[in-house]
Amino acid sequence: MERVHRGLTSRAAAPYWQVAPLAFVFTVFFVLPLVVTVAVSLWRYNEYSMTPALVGDNYAAVFSGCLAELPGLCLTFKTYLSTLKFCLLAWGLTLGLGFAVAYFLAFHVRSVAGQMALFLVCTIPFWTSNVIRMISWVPLLGRNGLVNSVLLAAGVRREPLTWLLFSDFSVVLAFVHLYTMFMIVPIFNSMSRIDRALLEAARDAGASGAQTLWNVVVPLSKPGIVIGSIFVITMVMGDYMTIGVMGGQQIASVGKVIQVQLSYLQFPLAAANAVVLLAAVLMVIAAMTRLVDVRKEL
Amino acid sequence: MADTTRKPTTVSRRDVLKGAAALTSTALLSAPAIVSAQPVTLRYLGTAVNQSKEIAQKVKADLGIVIEYVPVTTDDVSKRIITQPASFDVADAEYFQLRKLIPSGNLIGMDATRIKYAEKITPVFTRGEIAGKKIGDQGTAPKKVYYLEGKNSTKFSPTPTQWITLIPTVYNADTLGIRPDLIKRPIASWSELLNAEFKGKASILNIPSIGIMDAAMVVEAMGKHKYEDKGNMTKPEIDLTMKAMIEAKKAGQFRAFWKDFNESVNLMASGEVVIQSMWSPAVTKVRSMGVPCIYQPLKEGYRAWAAGFGLPKTLTGKKLDAAYDFINWFLSGWAGAFLNRQGYYSAVLETAKAHMEPYEWAYWMEGKPAEKDIKAPDGTLLEKAGTTRDGGSYEARMGGVACWNAVMDENDYMVRKWNEFIAA
Repeated sequence: MERVHRGLTSRAAAPYWQVAPLAFVFTVFFVLPLVVTVAVSLWRYNEYSMTPALVGDNYAAVFSGCLAELPGLCLTFKTYLSTLKFCLLAWGLTLGLGFAVAYFLAFHVRSVAGQMALFLVCTIPFWTSNVIRMISWVPLLGRNGLVNSVLLAAGVRREPLTWLLFSDFSVVLAFVHLYTMFMIVPIFNSMSRIDRALLEAARDAGASGAQTLWNVVVPLSKPGIVIGSIFVITMVMGDYMTIGVMGGQQIASVGKVIQVQLSYLQFPLAAANAVVLLAAVLMVIAAMTRLVDVRKEL
Repeated sequence: MADTTRKPTTVSRRDVLKGAAALTSTALLSAPAIVSAQPVTLRYLGTAVNQSKEIAQKVKADLGIVIEYVPVTTDDVSKRIITQPASFDVADAEYFQLRKLIPSGNLIGMDATRIKYAEKITPVFTRGEIAGKKIGDQGTAPKKVYYLEGKNSTKFSPTPTQWITLIPTVYNADTLGIRPDLIKRPIASWSELLNAEFKGKASILNIPSIGIMDAAMVVEAMGKHKYEDKGNMTKPEIDLTMKAMIEAKKAGQFRAFWKDFNESVNLMASGEVVIQSMWSPAVTKVRSMGVPCIYQPLKEGYRAWAAGFGLPKTLTGKKLDAAYDFINWFLSGWAGAFLNRQGYYSAVLETAKAHMEPYEWAYWMEGKPAEKDIKAPDGTLLEKAGTTRDGGSYEARMGGVACWNAVMDENDYMVRKWNEFIAA
């Protein structure tokens, strides 16, 4: 009797032990820092010290002038608007490109070896460091870069194009270059689970290629699309390196604002900005998961 | 001589406990019996620019002290000193940061009687003058923050005391860098940065506290406003400075802004930019790539900066002695000569001079044409014989300083306005 009883309790406790490591890591490296960030965002600070408090001053500073300057945009709104613009552009382009590449890999490349080889090709941009990758755009897109030299030599242009580099264009280009991979992988994953019989059935029922794509492939790829979109949007929202280097430091981003504040030891203000950014990202993700219940579809 | 005269200092119970804890921990960590033979390691916090392998090797050879570099950015130096004062033994910080660092109480005043060359340190620091002539002191001029009232004081002393905040390592006078081959005419004023002639080909550095001073030099040179103190602007002054910059930015004056050394070198060498705020070694780097670049002296003067060694309050015993030994060694000439040869200036000129060839001294410090080829410490050719240094002699350059890197009273407001400028 006793043995059975003990066995039962230890069996009941087992799941807790099993989740303990993850729960520990999650608490220490995610929940705790987050709680601290929220707490610090309510503190007071000066040049060299912070005092624990419970004040909304930092949030007021984040949104200062936002009402007074209407209909003009305050710093925070302007920055978020610009970030949102990059989000939409990067999202749309990586989605289009990622979907096409994933479609090709899933439906046109027959052998698994072929798919793997092409996947590896997709990772080539990640073989060098982020910074080097971005700096290498200069000799290509710069005023005296390759593209401009070709245009000038071919007589297409008399003056070099300057919008190729340090502009919205170059920022979006870098985002697409960096993040398309994060679209390809989940979409490919979803597509490879699609039962080929469904495609045949659609065809037998008289659907055109486009109709099959829109009514069968796209709906069944939705989880992949949503996961890829979450990756891309969260990365673009928090990015300041790419916008900094490719935008020639002339374009604002939320991340950059936070970084500047951190470097001036305005930790509570930076924390408040981080909390606002987190809220914004969570809202976007909530909206996206509304469209598709990712957990159900997986 | 001063090394041996140790002043009795008051020791609190906490200090004793700390010392005891440190002793036990070193005793536990180090191998038994040969504790005394263990070389002392000093963790040297600073920016990578000042942390040369050669200096660490020479210190090891001369003093037996191991220098362990902790390379971080300028901003992170202050962050570390304020938030983790026990994570380093010697800090190489900039003087302008002191207004933030000293009130935290994490740095102590350094005992001038233990610094062998304290009296020989150039008057640029101690009195704010050069060859008997006052130099510009707008901003956080080192002389304003050089002395503390007492060892553990958090107040600066306007008059000399025994307690020094930072012992100078390197300093220099910054100005605009230009591409003479692309500009093709003489440049003489800061106002040229916003000259429409260079539309889309100008740049400024995106470090708010330094960038705004360069911006102020430009605004003043354009005759738009005369600042009381460019290093400590009022809110309306910050507004008008940033307004001028925002207008220029919207008109497409700037090609890009830069944040680190390599970015500035890239912008200039690739020809994306022909005029920009720049640092001296970056100009040297561009030139060593075979691209013409001048560190252009301007009639309104230079924006200067200075860095120095500070000691954390946590330092005690053998490590403290080693830190003083290292700093004394640093001032004794070899390191000074090493830094002078890179285009920086060192703190004690006469000891550095003794370690340099006369022709090197004449080129770097006296502004004379080079008698022989000028080489960098690593042996690469910097300048061919016959060239002269941009800006001339030490006295002409440091004497021409208009303002110093600074932290303003309205720092928060300034940072906010700078962020608006970037977003504009």
